[in-house]
Amino acid sequence: MRITRYAAGFAAAGLLLAGCASEAGNQAEEAPETTAEVEEVEFPEGSTMAEIVEAGELRVGTKIDQPGFGLANTAGEPEGFDVEMAKLIAAKMGLSEDQITFTETVSANREPFLVEDRVDIVVATYTINDKRKELIDFAGPYYEAGQDIMVAAGNPENIEGPDDLAGKSVCSVEGSTPAENIRTNYPEAELVLYDAYSKCADDLRNGNVDAVTTDNVILTGFVAGAPDAFELVGNPFTEEPYGIGVQKGEDEFRDFINDVLEEAYENGTWAAAWDKTAGAITGTEAPEPPSVNRY
Amino acid sequence: MSATVLFDVPGPRGRRRQRIGSAVGLVFVLGLVGLALWRLGINGQLDPARWAILFDTRTNVPQRLLGALVDTLEVAAIGMIAATVLGAFLAVGRLSDHAWVRIPVAAIIEFFRAVPLLVLILFCFLFLPRVGISTSAFGALALGLTLYNMAVLAEIIRAGILSIDRGQSESAYAIGMRKWQVMTFILVPQAVRRMLPVLIAQLVVLLKDSSLGFIVGYLELLRTARSLVETLNFQFGPIYTFQLYVAAGLIYIVVNLLLSWLARILERRSRRDTKTATAEKTELPADVQMGGGGGPL
Amino acid sequence: MSFLAENFPLIRDAFLTTLSLAVVSGICALLLGTLLAAMRVSPVPALRGLATFYVELFRNTPLTVVFFFLAFGIVYIDLQFPSRFLTAVAALALYTAAFVCEALRSGINAVPAGQAEAARALGLDFRQSLTTVVLPQAFRTVVPPLGNVWIALAKNTSIAAGFAVADLTALLQRLSNSAADELALVFVAVVAGYLVITLPSAYVISVLERRLAIVR
Repeated sequence: MRITRYAAGFAAAGLLLAGCASEAGNQAEEAPETTAEVEEVEFPEGSTMAEIVEAGELRVGTKIDQPGFGLANTAGEPEGFDVEMAKLIAAKMGLSEDQITFTETVSANREPFLVEDRVDIVVATYTINDKRKELIDFAGPYYEAGQDIMVAAGNPENIEGPDDLAGKSVCSVEGSTPAENIRTNYPEAELVLYDAYSKCADDLRNGNVDAVTTDNVILTGFVAGAPDAFELVGNPFTEEPYGIGVQKGEDEFRDFINDVLEEAYENGTWAAAWDKTAGAITGTEAPEPPSVNRY
Repeated sequence: MSATVLFDVPGPRGRRRQRIGSAVGLVFVLGLVGLALWRLGINGQLDPARWAILFDTRTNVPQRLLGALVDTLEVAAIGMIAATVLGAFLAVGRLSDHAWVRIPVAAIIEFFRAVPLLVLILFCFLFLPRVGISTSAFGALALGLTLYNMAVLAEIIRAGILSIDRGQSESAYAIGMRKWQVMTFILVPQAVRRMLPVLIAQLVVLLKDSSLGFIVGYLELLRTARSLVETLNFQFGPIYTFQLYVAAGLIYIVVNLLLSWLARILERRSRRDTKTATAEKTELPADVQMGGGGGPL
Repeated sequence: MSFLAENFPLIRDAFLTTLSLAVVSGICALLLGTLLAAMRVSPVPALRGLATFYVELFRNTPLTVVFFFLAFGIVYIDLQFPSRFLTAVAALALYTAAFVCEALRSGINAVPAGQAEAARALGLDFRQSLTTVVLPQAFRTVVPPLGNVWIALAKNTSIAAGFAVADLTALLQRLSNSAADELALVFVAVVAGYLVITLPSAYVISVLERRLAIVR
């Protein structure tokens, strides 16, 4: 049969290729160990925490395409600062890492994920703002980012800030705050919208857009991955406090997460999480942690 | 079949001209392929080490791709089974003698064929939870595929029922069967059996359509390849991007060719079998093959 | 209702994007598909083989994969489309052409062999019998399937939303986020946008089908 012949040829080619090692294979390494320690804890009957512990599963919405904060490794498990935050919270609830279920939340569907009870928390470079607070509640902030611009290495279009974006094509993600900001405050910029920043990075690399704009920490991740292709303008023009999204009205759960964050600020686990993830990529020291906002 | 008599069997001169023409065409196509390969080579895309990643189990890439293929087949299989069952019900409903059954069923079929599948999937994912039906990404994708394909299959099965010789239903009525008995015991089983090759061909469409799962974050084959691209891009730069897209595309093509081949074998076999032999050809209409929410109104 | 009125400019622009995407890629697909169909019935084996390869390739590949390739893959052979809209047009046209070819071929095959035989007996050559006898009849029988391919294409344009084209589905994603409390209305508006294209098309097809039917 023709098909079997093709199959045999394909398998032979595969074996031949398998003989020579790929660079990625040579660098495949053990997953780094976690900083979070599991503790036994008791929660009041009927509280959200008790329910989650009883279910034995913490459902976390995160990103899987943002280096430093949430990027899936080749095994498919997300890694990054956001992921570490989720692990901290899980550990304080007495849940092990295996009991966390990560779900991808792209920018355009983070609120629906919480509103529809698909996840318990969203840790996904998620900016706290009043509009979102109408639908959900936020613990934190656990990090202060700012919107910045990434351009091709050498900055051929001479973009120094958002005002230089007029008439330029700038890529961002539908449903994100940076996209809304450009849309309302810098309408002369030509906005190109994908569903994930990695597509934006590809487009910038291929020269299809002049710039990519979003929070600086997301951009630094991309720049660190390809320093000869990308460059950060380094002129943040907004304040983006990252919060941990919980379902509307979950005040008790929110307080609990805030306690976890404050404790982590003090005992250094927060800084350790930074050093291990985003800090390891960008080579920057952990910043001063932001103060938690218990509204 | 007009195609076969459109031209004479070419004579010696004609054959020579054809050979020259074919050779020129071949050179042209090979030239294009060569040009593409040359550009790929210049960009280092043909480096065996880059392609080795597809077979290097230490990177998890082959495991992830195979696992994703299984997930893709799973959502397609579930969608297919549910769509066939529901489609059979709708087909029977549309052939009902009662207007109060026939008209709403027709409306359901027409509606789900008229809306893009992508919008349908988003609807299942975003809207259904609002009215109390919670859906996972897998559930939304499977449900979207089911709803769309049940409408397509309903029409295919209906055509199958109508194509069955009237003697079958007449003799069933003659031995005292009721309408529902004739449908469930005589007509639908024969129709589904006769339509088996078409049903498998429809599975190809479903498999293709499952790639729309990217919109709700379901990690099927294509989204997984994309995710691997993102990770490897970050660690090594874009040196594996092309390879992973090619691999994903090839996996789809190979699996779908196998399915089409199976459909053809079944069709040939059923044509030999006098019990299920059909006069007309059982081939999916071109627009149904397009998938993605394709289909006539 | 005031929600729809407020967002009318957005909905209109998204609708026009979807419509122009469908029309432009539809025309390109029709041209390319006709060429492919002619190749598939031609006397030259190489042309037949090439057309068959093309059709099989695109018939077994998800449209999303075609989009990915044109948007992020062909840059590695130093090719690039000038805009995202044109990338989408190319992906839709290349994909749909395979199905246009299939619809046309089944139409050509549906013309009774006697027609072609009569044309050949009159001394018409391949080109003449194809263009003056077979294709005019084939085009009549293929109006319904071609029309259905057009409707499928109109719905397939929704995939362009994932590739930075601001069409109706992209609008759906945008508004489902920013106007989450009006989600039902958002869906109604977007679905209506597609139905405005597909329903009249289906009506015209059924009218044409009746008008053009050849009584044999």
